[in-house]
Amino acid sequence: MFQYYLDLAWRSLRRNKVLTALMVLAIALGIGASITTLTVLHVLSGDPLPGRSAEIYYPQIDPQDLRGMSPSKEPPSQLTLIDGMNLLRAARADRQALMKGGEVPIQPEQSTLDPFYVNARYTTADFFPMFGTPFLFGHAWNSADDEAKARQVVISSDLNQKLFGGANSVGRTLRISGTAFQIVGVLDHWQPNPHFYDLNTGSYAYSEQVFLPLQTMIDLHLSQDGSNDCWGNGGGGTDTVLPADTCVWLQFWVQLKTPAEAAAYKQFLVHYSEEQRTLGRFQRPPNVRLRNLMQWLDYNGVVPDDVRLQTWLAFGFLVVCLVNTVGLMLAKFMRRAAELGVRRALGASRRALLVQLLIEAGVVGLVGGFGGALLALGGLWLVRQRSSDYAVLAHLDPSMLLMTFLLALGATLLAGLLPAWRACQIAPALQLKSN
Amino acid sequence: MSLQIKPILAALRRHKAGTLLIALQIALTLAIVCNALFIIHDRLAHIGEASGVDEASVFVIHNQWGGDQSEQEIDAQVRADMAALRQLPSVRDAAPASGYPLQGGGWDNFITMTPDQVKPTTDSAVYGGDEHLIDSLGLQLVAGRNFRPDEVATMGDQQMVIPPVVIVTRALADRLFPDGSALGKSFYAMGATPSTIIGIVQTMHRQGTSTWDRPYAGQALIWPLRRADTRGLYYVVRAKPGELAEAMREAPRALYAQTRMRIIAGKDGIQDYARIRQRAYDRDRGMAILMGVICTVLLAITAAGIVGLTSFWVGQRRKQIGVRRALGARQRDILGYFLTENLLITGGGVLLGLVLAVGMNLWLIVRFASQPMPIAYLGVGVLLLVLLGQGAVLAPALKASRVPPVEATRSV
Repeated sequence: MFQYYLDLAWRSLRRNKVLTALMVLAIALGIGASITTLTVLHVLSGDPLPGRSAEIYYPQIDPQDLRGMSPSKEPPSQLTLIDGMNLLRAARADRQALMKGGEVPIQPEQSTLDPFYVNARYTTADFFPMFGTPFLFGHAWNSADDEAKARQVVISSDLNQKLFGGANSVGRTLRISGTAFQIVGVLDHWQPNPHFYDLNTGSYAYSEQVFLPLQTMIDLHLSQDGSNDCWGNGGGGTDTVLPADTCVWLQFWVQLKTPAEAAAYKQFLVHYSEEQRTLGRFQRPPNVRLRNLMQWLDYNGVVPDDVRLQTWLAFGFLVVCLVNTVGLMLAKFMRRAAELGVRRALGASRRALLVQLLIEAGVVGLVGGFGGALLALGGLWLVRQRSSDYAVLAHLDPSMLLMTFLLALGATLLAGLLPAWRACQIAPALQLKSN
Repeated sequence: MSLQIKPILAALRRHKAGTLLIALQIALTLAIVCNALFIIHDRLAHIGEASGVDEASVFVIHNQWGGDQSEQEIDAQVRADMAALRQLPSVRDAAPASGYPLQGGGWDNFITMTPDQVKPTTDSAVYGGDEHLIDSLGLQLVAGRNFRPDEVATMGDQQMVIPPVVIVTRALADRLFPDGSALGKSFYAMGATPSTIIGIVQTMHRQGTSTWDRPYAGQALIWPLRRADTRGLYYVVRAKPGELAEAMREAPRALYAQTRMRIIAGKDGIQDYARIRQRAYDRDRGMAILMGVICTVLLAITAAGIVGLTSFWVGQRRKQIGVRRALGARQRDILGYFLTENLLITGGGVLLGLVLAVGMNLWLIVRFASQPMPIAYLGVGVLLLVLLGQGAVLAPALKASRVPPVEATRSV
């Protein structure tokens, strides 16, 4: 029966090619636009650490002076060096890492290569196990190396490829900003999107080439990048290499395996703030936050507004396309009143007619979905030509491709429901008479 | 014509579903098109903002240091580089700079009128450069004077120097001193010491073009600072008229002749203003293009929908049309009938669409900090859709008007 209906649908669709083409085109355009924008949104709002993100938290405390204080205000989004070190050494979480971004010149030994700048991450040792970074060769440094200000570095696979042709470079020396570092590990490809652990250096498609201990950076006065917020008149004073004590400039992440641990850690942050206030360092009453990774991304509004706006507009567009299809299908089905009347008179139930017409709608939906997928591929190619940082990430993955067809099929079946139902209400006798 | 409205309404009541669908489609199209047109206009206005720079002749070199020079060595090298650039035959002037207009983001400070003021008065983009920067960018000094060479200080890595003198844009001067008395007055820019305004330039765009920069549009200040950052800095170079390409070829050569311990990265290392502008507004242009495409396709689809449904109605009513023709209706009466019918449906759709358009604009204001849409956009949208409706219905209506009276006698 299904095959017979499919055959009927095919004949009917071929009978009026312009109308059919119009319906398919409307569905394809609507689906194409929606899937293009939805894919961009899907990629940008993805989980950078799947399976792990629920355990990763970003503590915030408020070390500012009393000026400009209001009860509802959020604490600063980074830490001062003193607080960062205190929280790090308190080690109340399962794992914790204090970090900062930067840019360093690499001076290759090979005379064929000119010196070049790469993005650097200065961090304490837990960074690697906490975020689950994959290692190609070697391993991370440990917290003893942190304290010893070790001249050790972990490099990315890209840099390893560029400098050592992809060979195991563990144990070799790398000159960074005039200092010799020993390579202890080489990361496999690792680029979490968004670049959650420091949103100040670029949110998407950003990655570091070298990772080295934070203490070593402080010791060597390597240059930092990213955000540096000061209060009071603490613009950094003069001739200081590190930002002043009244500046927040470090990111601090912790891993807490259970909600109970998270609650306890938040309590610890309150205690710490109170303690610092007693000591006279903090002036404000405790104002702490402990967001997990996804909450932190949401709080920072990391997905650009333009992308959300485009998604909404594309769906508005899809709705118009669907309304259009409903109208066209209505015309198409009603025109076949005579044919349907004959089928009714010969004993087909209303239900059977409804199924037949919905199958016809479904065929339109599938063909439209196919066109929509092609349009989405074209649309995403156009998105990739733009210079936004996220542009390179816009690719259609299998789940979105499946979504394309489901959306197209679902939408057209929905659109076909009203016309099909109307067409089934035909009184068979009336149609037979007028012929 | 007015006589026809009653029978039209009676006929429409027999086609409720189709009528409602077309009206709904017109309403949604109107709502989206009005708002999209407004977004396009908004983005295009943004793209057209003046930078204040002599864009035809200016280019920017991003110069990074590759060695381990000390700050003193770097400062000496910057001076030597400047001397070399300014000597080039195709170059009019050159200056070191901490950033440049339309860079895409950079240094900015909050401005206060007193050192202990809690809530900042406003925000200003901050540029550091020497006494050649104004000429190198081609800015127009409209009041006061330029920096003297002895006022230019050196600022090292991570170091904060607040110079005692400053040149500001007219926009910033008027914001801080609305009575026009800015020259000679001073303000604080996140430091304990004040800066006194010694000059005012007509226009200088901020580095950023984001939504954040919008409330502070055009507000910028220049401090007499030469960066001795161990990472690097920007060189703003202004070519002599018509010699931009020549200067862009010569400049890096002249710099590498000075020392090879520098990095001028391939594509982004040296950019003219055409490229800088294109990069700065890429997102806005993309949005405007997308909105334009959506509008066009939407209008086309709505027109196609009207053609499709009206054609169906004409086919259904051939017999009635034949009867009317047989009873003496002229071709133009039939044509008028379908045009009027479409006008009624479009009118209904447009009324609903106006409500939807305003609602959508309000939602955009709340959700995306958009601006209120001027009434004119609604007018344009209504006109567009009425014309579209009439245009779309014309072909089927003409076909209907050519139905011969003899049709009345057939197949009864």
